[in-house]
Amino acid sequence: MLDQEQGYVTADGRQIGGTVMDMRNITLRFGGVTAIKDISFDIREGEIRAIIGPNGAGKSSMLNVISGFYVPQEGQVYFRGEKRAPMRPYEVARQGIARTFQNIALFEGMSVLDNVMTGRLTQMKAGILSQALWRGKAEKEEVENREICEKVIDFLEIQHIRKTPVARLPYGLKKRVELARALASEPKLLLLDEPMAGMNVEEKEDMSRFILDVNDEFGTTIALIEHDMGVVMDLSDRVVVMDYGRKIGDGTPEEVRNNQEVIDAYLGVSHD
Amino acid sequence: MPEQLVFAMEVFLNGLMAGVLYALVALGFVLIYKASGIFNYAQGVMALFSAMTLVGIMEGQVPFSHLINAMLGTHVHHFGWHLPAVLGILLTMVVMVGLAWLVQVVIFRHLVNQEPIILFMATIGLAYFMEGFGDLMWGAEIKKLDVGLPQGINLWIDETTFNIFDYGFFIDNLDIVATIIAALLVGVLVAFSQYTKQGRAMRAVADDHQAALSVGVSLSFIWVMVWSVAGFVALVAGIMWGTKSGVQFSLSLIALKALPVLMLGGFTSIPGAIVGGLIIGVGEKLFEFAIGPIIGGATENWFAYVLALVFLVFRPQGLFGDKIIERV
Repeated sequence: MLDQEQGYVTADGRQIGGTVMDMRNITLRFGGVTAIKDISFDIREGEIRAIIGPNGAGKSSMLNVISGFYVPQEGQVYFRGEKRAPMRPYEVARQGIARTFQNIALFEGMSVLDNVMTGRLTQMKAGILSQALWRGKAEKEEVENREICEKVIDFLEIQHIRKTPVARLPYGLKKRVELARALASEPKLLLLDEPMAGMNVEEKEDMSRFILDVNDEFGTTIALIEHDMGVVMDLSDRVVVMDYGRKIGDGTPEEVRNNQEVIDAYLGVSHD
Repeated sequence: MPEQLVFAMEVFLNGLMAGVLYALVALGFVLIYKASGIFNYAQGVMALFSAMTLVGIMEGQVPFSHLINAMLGTHVHHFGWHLPAVLGILLTMVVMVGLAWLVQVVIFRHLVNQEPIILFMATIGLAYFMEGFGDLMWGAEIKKLDVGLPQGINLWIDETTFNIFDYGFFIDNLDIVATIIAALLVGVLVAFSQYTKQGRAMRAVADDHQAALSVGVSLSFIWVMVWSVAGFVALVAGIMWGTKSGVQFSLSLIALKALPVLMLGGFTSIPGAIVGGLIIGVGEKLFEFAIGPIIGGATENWFAYVLALVFLVFRPQGLFGDKIIERV
């Protein structure tokens, strides 16, 4: 049994903390279509939480609810113990929830470094004049922010493309730059929308390693969506399984793998 | 030195100066287009409106005085003060920021994610509205604008060139001031967009709305900011053109002169707006000088557009614009 405050210890011995994000009875409709039907689950401090399910199960919708791009018709979102009023995506981002996108949303015209630096926008406080003149507080702030970004860039091993315009990068690297931008904001919760989509096996392995390292090194809480079952099972501490907008399973990878409903959803049921 | 060449040099210099003024208008277009993908047809009218407002504030004119007098039967026209130019410009800037906010809240907030053509149509509507609104507010008569900029022939250049070529160049002081101000303006704009947080956020919004939201950038704030900056550029252009040829309706037509500049320079490039303006300015003056007498003159009316057409055929993205590549 999970305790609301206490958390738990994972199979590999990591201590997981209290609840960061609590989704309660979320229902999301688009016109007559119900994308999410009465789903509740939580995300705990320091864990890697996966949301999986077949195509059209409502995974991305769920992520968009968490990051404020969609507002659910019913249900409540609790972030760090407080009920969250409906807010715009940029307000959610300022609360410390960073995300990546399934189809990569980078600033194509900017260099990799500039892209990563945009992750620090919400942390910059200096006045506009001192920034333009590059004096006083602004200079100090820029240096500090730059340091954090360089650390992230080093960590994700993209130093060699720091100055390259993003538009010129191959797909796999773009995905990594997007992760770097999200990490640069030092998020309290990091949302990854299909971080491995469209990658080859080698790139997938790299990305898995980075996700694990980020979680390990910075203690970042991560929620990710993926439909590659194998990858998810290796990466995550707990898994939510969705199908047709409903939650059909929730637990450790081991529990989920043995859940009959999940097996049916993924492998199909014979109707005889 | 042959006389013709000396004349050509003078024409060339004057062309550069005229080009700076075109560039000032084109800059306003580029700023808004870069940041929000809107081609702002109203940019010329914004320059007119800002110049009218500046004159009105400096002269202590009562806004909407005709309307007030007609409705209430009163006879108010002036507050009876004359403000210094600096204060007038500051107050006008406040009005332009207010206008930027109104434009965002009343029009463009409701048109997010619409087709570019719809946004363009909205700016046409905005242009006509502001034209009428400006007249209603400040009156439609031609006004004289004097913010204390030097005008008339620059004697130093006249004398220096006379000593060298035996022929004094006529360069207007106002054009020289305009050149310096335009250079400063570009410097400030570049510093703003490259080195400030707001500038970085602006470039982010221009590039990808979704991604900008995900890093905590408020789109509506940035848009108000961009329209304010465009209002500021319009004010600078309005002051220059207004001082040169008076504040009147034809001021709004300078926007049409900015179009060929944009086609040359590219819609997305600030340096492009400057270089494009200079090329058009120099090109049309030299063309008029060299070819004009042969074909009967008045080439300045159409030269810029023909040049732009040629560019459209051979380099549709302009000199500095982003190349449009479509992957198949």
